[in-house]
Amino acid sequence: MSKEPVAVVGIGQTRHVAARRDVSIAGLVREAAQRALLDAELTWADIDAVVIGKAPDFFEGVMMPELYLADALGAVGKPMLRVHTAGSVGGSTALVATNLIAGRVHGTVLTLAYEKQSESNAMWGLSLPIPFQQPLLAGAGGFFAPHVRAYMRRSGAPDTVGSLVAYKDRRNALKNPYAHLHEHDITLEKVQASPMLWDPIRYSETCPSSDGACAMILTDRAGAARSPRPPAWLHGGAMRSEPTLFAGKDAVSPQAGKDCAADVYRQAGITDPRREIDAVEMYVPFSWYEPMWLENLGFADEGEGWKLTESGVTELDGDLPVNMSGGVLSTNPIGASGMIRFAEAALQVRGQAGEHQVEGARRVLGHAYGGGSQFFSMWLVGAEPPVL
Amino acid sequence: MTREIAVVAFGQTDHRRTSDELSEVEMLIPVLHDVLGQAGLKTGDIGFTCSGSTDYLAGRAFSFTMALDGVGAWPPISESHVEMDGAWALYEAWTKLLTGDADTALVYAYGKSSPGSVRDVLTRQLDPYYVAPLWPDSVALAALQAQALIDAGHADEPALAGVAARSRASAATNSHAQLSGSVPQGDYVVRPLRTGDCPPVGDGAAAVVLAAGDRARRLCARPAWIRGIDHRIEAHALGVRDLTDSPSTRLAAEKAGVFERPVDTAELYAPFTSQEVVLRRALRLDDRVTVNPSGGALAANPIMAAGLIRIGEAAARIHRGESDRALAHATSGPCLQQNLVALLEGDPR
Repeated sequence: MSKEPVAVVGIGQTRHVAARRDVSIAGLVREAAQRALLDAELTWADIDAVVIGKAPDFFEGVMMPELYLADALGAVGKPMLRVHTAGSVGGSTALVATNLIAGRVHGTVLTLAYEKQSESNAMWGLSLPIPFQQPLLAGAGGFFAPHVRAYMRRSGAPDTVGSLVAYKDRRNALKNPYAHLHEHDITLEKVQASPMLWDPIRYSETCPSSDGACAMILTDRAGAARSPRPPAWLHGGAMRSEPTLFAGKDAVSPQAGKDCAADVYRQAGITDPRREIDAVEMYVPFSWYEPMWLENLGFADEGEGWKLTESGVTELDGDLPVNMSGGVLSTNPIGASGMIRFAEAALQVRGQAGEHQVEGARRVLGHAYGGGSQFFSMWLVGAEPPVL
Repeated sequence: MTREIAVVAFGQTDHRRTSDELSEVEMLIPVLHDVLGQAGLKTGDIGFTCSGSTDYLAGRAFSFTMALDGVGAWPPISESHVEMDGAWALYEAWTKLLTGDADTALVYAYGKSSPGSVRDVLTRQLDPYYVAPLWPDSVALAALQAQALIDAGHADEPALAGVAARSRASAATNSHAQLSGSVPQGDYVVRPLRTGDCPPVGDGAAAVVLAAGDRARRLCARPAWIRGIDHRIEAHALGVRDLTDSPSTRLAAEKAGVFERPVDTAELYAPFTSQEVVLRRALRLDDRVTVNPSGGALAANPIMAAGLIRIGEAAARIHRGESDRALAHATSGPCLQQNLVALLEGDPR
């Protein structure tokens, strides 16, 4: 039994900013969904089901918001699913939507992820005291900084690599009209001079808090044939999870990430990711995660990822561009961040990434992770339909 | 040709008013062991895992991550989570099995309502700008629905009391139920709903194992085949809905194939007596159908697990040979806003 091929035919994002005070949560998500419909030249009536994701409900203070958002997303009378897999949720949400088509349950599905961080306080949302368990009182940076330090020690990377990533991503963001941070006066020196927040992570090597939403229209082969613009085709998608804390966990390069990438490459027939994949949108909330994930995803041998970054391979005009959109470092509506990676990968292979387009991008990887580096979701999209 | 997928094992906790001595993980682990044992599988044999729960009951963000540790996700597993009742986690797992990427799935759900006031907590589901600030609680909203039903002539208070009495009597044979036996009609909680018309507040967990095709036949003597499953959502605002009807339930049932032939059993997630009346009408159930032989949500209502339990109870009756064609229903949101219907069948005997 073969799966139905899945295509991305519509993509919409909001302009991501620190606070969208002009719209409600419903207004925000509808804006992204309408742009995706416009891109696909479809109407609400063409959508068979809606799959929505976001990070914890405490971030806005709305419990199970799919109930409240049913009307805004044209879901009344339709199936609506709500996915939540921590920071990887944007990617997972797209993959759950993908399965509805691949399993031939529905023909055309709207999938959307969002976060409106200005409605509440994410640091508070992550820091509720729990009996018998250490709360994340220092926020996500406090949790991840020791793992970055462990990577530096293991790989022998010079401590300048993190700032190179931040400088690159913030410059890439200048070419992306939807990116949150547009730092026109950014320099490498400014990144390096920014305050140390969680040693070794500096302020300018840290993601912002954004309001934003991202939507995609996914469809089957027949839907793709009607698409007015080139579709992006799914060549492989996978999720992997492992426990948060246990003695055998490698927090620098988690096994779940390696297994997830291997599954995607197997589905897509990729044997040498470094040569066969043209660009990557990866989830880099703190700059050092670029070299770390380059290794975890198989683009570099263990301990070698920082050399790719340092030699300019991951620059927009490099041999393996990473985070052409500016990445999570420039735009972080948490629940949407994973889906933005997936959507930006699709934009690249559709040739619609505008100023941050990588010339000739045919196969691009979208990557998301979450929790304590324990949840991974990835997809690989291509300009050509998959070979069945 | 779509793949045949079945529920091959079902387990649940004893549902209780409080479980202070247990963490969510401790509550869940025996149930996971139970269902895996029934199917003769280990965690590593499972192709896909999916869970349902809500952070708002746990009172913390990412509450499901600890439950995942309890599953034993090592080596890493293919896994997902819905911030919904476990019935929707089962739906996601079903779609995953349909793609052919996995042959077996573990689905679980849990909820501890005891640490807080669930009536207050559920107000946070409402429109955050216009409605939630008024804190209309879940019983008050259900009472609006019950009164609309009475005003429309579809029920009266004695009829509602009859639903409560039948549910609690059925629960007498369900060792997991929180409440069973005779029930006084009780005082009004919010008129016209009395204590007997409302669900107990409780803690609990449930799990099922799904398997595809021949794998299901090897794991279970009489698999409960999922012939159809569909879910639909309605508008959120109560003012734009006819509270005496449930069009989303009817549509989901139609898509699941329920109306093609009569069912013999219906497990309905109706936490309020009045909602059973609404659902019976929407699903065209007559007196020949055994409704909620487990006692339903009026006997045990562990939020986030109660919908999955309806599917599990319906499947277990098929496993035991007590049913040949059963429907299971789950709901979410105020006054039956979102509804899922699954149609389960056993092989001919």
